[in-house]
Amino acid sequence: MSERVGVYICHCGSNIAGTIDVEQVARWAGEELEGVVVSREYKFMCSSLGQELIQEDIRKENLTRVVIGACSPHLHEKTFRRTCTAAGLNPYLMQMASLREQVSWVTVDKRAATEKAKAMISGAVRRVIEQEELTASQVPVNPATLVVGGGIAGIQAALELADAGYPVYLLEREPSIGGHMAQFDKTFPTLDCAACILTPKMSDVGTHDGITLLSYSEVEEVSGFVGSFHARIRKKARYIDEEKCNGCGICIEKCPKKVVDEVFEAGLGLRKAIYRPFPQAVPKFPLIDRPTCIYFERGTCKACEKFCPTDAIDFEQTDTYLDLDVGNIVLATGYKLFSAAKIPQYGYGRLANVFTSLEFERMCNAAGPTEGKIVMRDGVTRPQSVAIVHCVGSRDKRNHPYCSAVCCMSALKFGHLVMEKTDAKVYSFYIDMRPLHKGYEEFYDRLLTEGMTFIRGRVAEVTDAARLPGEEGKLVVQVEDTLIGRQRRIPVDMVILMAALEPQEDARDVGLKFGISCSMDGWFTERHPKLDPVATMTDGIFIAGTCQGPKDIPDSVAQGAAAAARIAGMISKGSVMIEPVVATIHEERCSGCRICNNLCPFNAIEYLEEKAVSWINAALCKGCGTCIAGCPAQAISGAHFSNLQIFSEIEGLLYDALCSNGAGAPQSEIAVEAL
Amino acid sequence: MSENGFEPKIIAFLCNWCSYRAADLAGTARMKYEPNVRMVRVMCSGRVDPSFVLKALALGADGVMIAGCHPGECHYLEQNYKAMRRYYMLRHSLRALGIEDERVRLQWASAAEGAQLASAINEMIDQVRKLGPLHWRQNWSENGDHREAISRMPEEHREAMEVPA
Repeated sequence: MSERVGVYICHCGSNIAGTIDVEQVARWAGEELEGVVVSREYKFMCSSLGQELIQEDIRKENLTRVVIGACSPHLHEKTFRRTCTAAGLNPYLMQMASLREQVSWVTVDKRAATEKAKAMISGAVRRVIEQEELTASQVPVNPATLVVGGGIAGIQAALELADAGYPVYLLEREPSIGGHMAQFDKTFPTLDCAACILTPKMSDVGTHDGITLLSYSEVEEVSGFVGSFHARIRKKARYIDEEKCNGCGICIEKCPKKVVDEVFEAGLGLRKAIYRPFPQAVPKFPLIDRPTCIYFERGTCKACEKFCPTDAIDFEQTDTYLDLDVGNIVLATGYKLFSAAKIPQYGYGRLANVFTSLEFERMCNAAGPTEGKIVMRDGVTRPQSVAIVHCVGSRDKRNHPYCSAVCCMSALKFGHLVMEKTDAKVYSFYIDMRPLHKGYEEFYDRLLTEGMTFIRGRVAEVTDAARLPGEEGKLVVQVEDTLIGRQRRIPVDMVILMAALEPQEDARDVGLKFGISCSMDGWFTERHPKLDPVATMTDGIFIAGTCQGPKDIPDSVAQGAAAAARIAGMISKGSVMIEPVVATIHEERCSGCRICNNLCPFNAIEYLEEKAVSWINAALCKGCGTCIAGCPAQAISGAHFSNLQIFSEIEGLLYDALCSNGAGAPQSEIAVEAL
Repeated sequence: MSENGFEPKIIAFLCNWCSYRAADLAGTARMKYEPNVRMVRVMCSGRVDPSFVLKALALGADGVMIAGCHPGECHYLEQNYKAMRRYYMLRHSLRALGIEDERVRLQWASAAEGAQLASAINEMIDQVRKLGPLHWRQNWSENGDHREAISRMPEEHREAMEVPA
């Protein structure tokens, strides 16, 4: 039976129709392409009217195949598959041609774009004729979820899921959950104390029956697919028996070794060799920092062990491994701060009174190293004037081209705190003020009235070299004030650098481990920037918070909750659809050469000794198709990406090639068999 | 456009996970590249059977691009390495058949590299335009030098087995 193909060309408003002559393409497809019985164009194919148009044709014209020339299949393939299914056509008998992303948006010449569009429609029509009915399989969803990262986004995701009654493993590589938010003093624009709103959530996590907290742990390996992932976790040795430890903290008190806390206190404060990052840490157990512990260094001391009332210290403890089965994974791995020393002209690390935003954050914090007193590096002197430098590493082509989104508001917050706690004059050196969200502009207005001085311009240099009277002993901020068009030198006592947010050092490796990709800047890539911001291209892997891009606390919380909602939906449905794109071996053609066995990285291909043929385990097959291309006997076929389908697509795409090269009309029988 | 008005036709096989998304990104960012390329989506560059390339050339393509994830970044762990091995073997065979190296290109392009993909496409089109049309079927039947070409093939294959570092 010959197939009856319907071709639908979308205008996408003027996105496609502005560059491609859609009427011409549709007419041409209807007249010239074999098998096409209906060919139409429509303003918005994905709208309900557009979809109804297709469905009506499927029913009335008895279409057996559908080709849609519109946007990328990554955007609307699912939509149009549903359209076909609803009209009774198997969804895998529909093929999309990406006329928008691959033609109209990237081509200047209208005539050339129209010709290319014709070729793509021709390729899709030839391919779709060879496509076969497929049935997506349903696999059960394990109700457990692994949340990687215990910052505010991860905490929110974990709590939402656990409150819905589903088991959650919350993994954090640092000794305590809390993330960057735990280091902050106040949060903009409401100025409520970060600890007051975060620590209740942290203790909720610690005490929740549904949450298994895996702190000081890392994911070693991930395998499986949506619904049933398998993760191997390494729980790093704390040298504390968590069963015995009651968190009294005597060990910390008695430890004789003090070291600079580079992580939580950003280098401003000290901690012991056995420590808890901060008093409200969850879990409450301390840990021994092996590289700095006297016992591990010299073999004697054990002060902590001597004084521990519950015998919880265990110097022999080793890393332990844990195997988890989960249905979905949320990555909320956060960000790290740009190293301000990379911009040497700002003097960080060279000029004592240049601070990073995180250092200042710790300094403001009442529980921080200075107990909330704003002082210069000597620890006592109060600054008379403070400069806040925006966009350090952000909006800077030499470092990060993107805007870090939170620094403007943090800078306003810092300005407010400095003026509240000292009499210092505060200067803000900004490029543009970006108070984007609810209540932010009002906060900016408030700072304007509170007397913070705003100077528009990117700072050129921070120097201690005095040139003018009044600059001696000061840090001089050299800037072009772009509002008055003049160079200015502002002498101050203290400089705060609003360092950019950047992806974690190992973001790319983590992405690879979980099978998701990163943007050029290194942030995890979402499935769709607007319509699917927390899902990724790998089903069952979600992203939340700043690992996806710079964002503030409200947005991180929203994403954590959104990821949880997506997962809860899948769990409550109980099963998830898996693409039927897998490979199968035809036993009668297989010679048992076993070449394919080694090609599969997922060990999906087994050699059956008794039959002397290879066999593919469909549950393990991911559908890459490498074995199909590698089989010398062409005994393997791939559903939805068969050789015949791809050959036909190539033939269709090159419908005009042989003619224009002067070698006669294309003949489909050549090449493949001969080669 | 070249002097004689020859416009090459390039078939590009794009990996669904990286380079197809790079093409999406090039589109979303409205980057312009030449219209001579026609793209085929495959799930992985490892899916590209050498016969796909030969088929495209035989049907009148003047060049073929195979685009996949960067080494070490394959969505299927390591299948792009297999694509790479096949590519070098195929290129040796094609050389024996008198087809210039520039006509078949292996291109790594991550999902973030829309600009790189677009410029690689432009570069390849430019190179192939300079080489001129392939006319493979036509040349094959007219010149009939295939006996010699076939006799050279075992040696070419031996060379091809040496995977470059």
